[in-house]
Amino acid sequence: MLLIVIILTFLLLESASGDAVDAYLLSIGGGDAIVAKSLRQSYGLDQSMLARLWLYFTSLAKLDLGWSVAFGRPVLDLILERLPNTLLLMGSATALSFGLGSALGIVAGAKPESIRDRTLSAVSLILYAIPSFWLGLVLSIVFAVQLRWLPTSGIETIASGKVGLARAADIARHLVLPVGTLALIYMALFIRVMRAGMAEAWQLDFVLFARSKGLSRTRIVLRHVARNALLPLVTMLGLQSAAMIGGSVVIESIFAIPGFGRLAQEAVSGRDAPLLMGIIVVSAVLVICVNLVVDLVYTALDPRVGASENRA
Amino acid sequence: MRWLRNVAGTPEGAIGLGILLLLGLIALFAPILSPGDPLRIAGQPLLAPFTDPSFPLGTDRLGRDVLAGILHGTRTSLAVGIAAALAAIAIGLCIGLTAGLAGGLVDEALMRVVDAFQIVPSFLLALAFVSVIGASVPVVVVAIALGAWADPARLTRAQVLSIRERDYVASARVIGMHPAEIAFRQILPNALPPVLALSAIIVAAAILTEAALSFLGLGDPNVVTWGSMIAEGRNILRSSPSLSIFPGIALVITVIGVYLFSEGLNKVLAGRRGRV
Repeated sequence: MLLIVIILTFLLLESASGDAVDAYLLSIGGGDAIVAKSLRQSYGLDQSMLARLWLYFTSLAKLDLGWSVAFGRPVLDLILERLPNTLLLMGSATALSFGLGSALGIVAGAKPESIRDRTLSAVSLILYAIPSFWLGLVLSIVFAVQLRWLPTSGIETIASGKVGLARAADIARHLVLPVGTLALIYMALFIRVMRAGMAEAWQLDFVLFARSKGLSRTRIVLRHVARNALLPLVTMLGLQSAAMIGGSVVIESIFAIPGFGRLAQEAVSGRDAPLLMGIIVVSAVLVICVNLVVDLVYTALDPRVGASENRA
Repeated sequence: MRWLRNVAGTPEGAIGLGILLLLGLIALFAPILSPGDPLRIAGQPLLAPFTDPSFPLGTDRLGRDVLAGILHGTRTSLAVGIAAALAAIAIGLCIGLTAGLAGGLVDEALMRVVDAFQIVPSFLLALAFVSVIGASVPVVVVAIALGAWADPARLTRAQVLSIRERDYVASARVIGMHPAEIAFRQILPNALPPVLALSAIIVAAAILTEAALSFLGLGDPNVVTWGSMIAEGRNILRSSPSLSIFPGIALVITVIGVYLFSEGLNKVLAGRRGRV
């Protein structure tokens, strides 16, 4: 699977009209053909396509993602340097949206077609339709520009010299807006999935049985209905992980967070094919990892999954 | 067209359809509603909205009419969204149909490719594609379709797998119908409805992706898009936030329209399934 991703990306980036040497020469104000040739030789760009694909695979096996032309540093170093910021951003946004989304989904799904349900459904529909970059801009107009409560950009105050807890608090303050933006949008999705799952669970026999047993409504909602509706939500988490990484590109560029997504944009503007390639490969690995974790959680949550596999 | 009337029969569908019709009309008649190139300089720069009756939504940094930009932007958004979704659905249907009918090694190979496309973040893929080929409207359409065809392909395959075992397909085979005729006349029409329900979501996602791409400066520089208007207004966000806010509202209304329409469509399809 990963192999296909690598080959297809390689072919795509291969079909680019100019290569990194062209971009580099342009940025230093041009150079003659001999300089270009020696540069191409040093980056191995003068060899045939297949030879370079093979070279890429062999170095990948040694965890070497190549050399970023725009930054003049190994690609893997760059990615590892930026990745923690993005993981922090996405992790907190996911946790927040998952918690809030499932809670509000329970509130909405507790009584399908009630006024509370309709209001929450409408709100989540609107939130779901809002483009993340625009929401980010609007939130930063309100909270950073008008009210001046929060900083507009960056991950921490530059050269503040803060260490330990003070630094952590500083980073947290910088992350409120980007995390809030991402969380609001993903929350909408989680509310919708949770609510739909609960509406469906109400129709099931065991809920009818629980009601006929005379269990209290709260107990039925929490123990029987919500618990079953939580499963598709976890599945959703895995499915959304690829979209979340894509969304981080825009959010990180709005709030100027030096993360993975912003690196992707810098790779694009610097025509840095090795870097872009490395980013796509790493993000695919990331998505696979998230899905693996989701599968494990799923087995833990739903005993039926593991059991049926044992039988088969 | 009866299904369209059914969709309009649900409250969500009616509102969604209304919004989409209005937007469609705006897109069609944009050159009449605001004649001339929306990218030309029309008046004094940075007019505040609601002050000058000839520029109801004000002008931007270069003195371009914001309302004209929004009206013409409707065209780009809808055209790119619908074209990309159509392309994605068409590719998805073909791949899914082939995989489901051929089975065996072909199925295995095609589904691995689908897997590969599903684990790569589609936005990164679109970003890479546009940056490699260069920004223009057709390229943006292809870039978005490239990231969106995997879901319909998977859904179509699942549908085909369940339909091809049914009795009427078996009887078609018995009377000696050509496999291609079975594929297109017996299986495809029955596999279509759930894929159509998905297509509305794909249109909405495509519109949002197009806006995000042009927001990052990777849209076609020669046409007005809402994304590029928001990006343009972002430079002077502190002094005149309205420049970014109005195109954003247009975007939100469009996407809400599509979602409502798809909810209505889903209800109609679910109802039909319930009856059978």
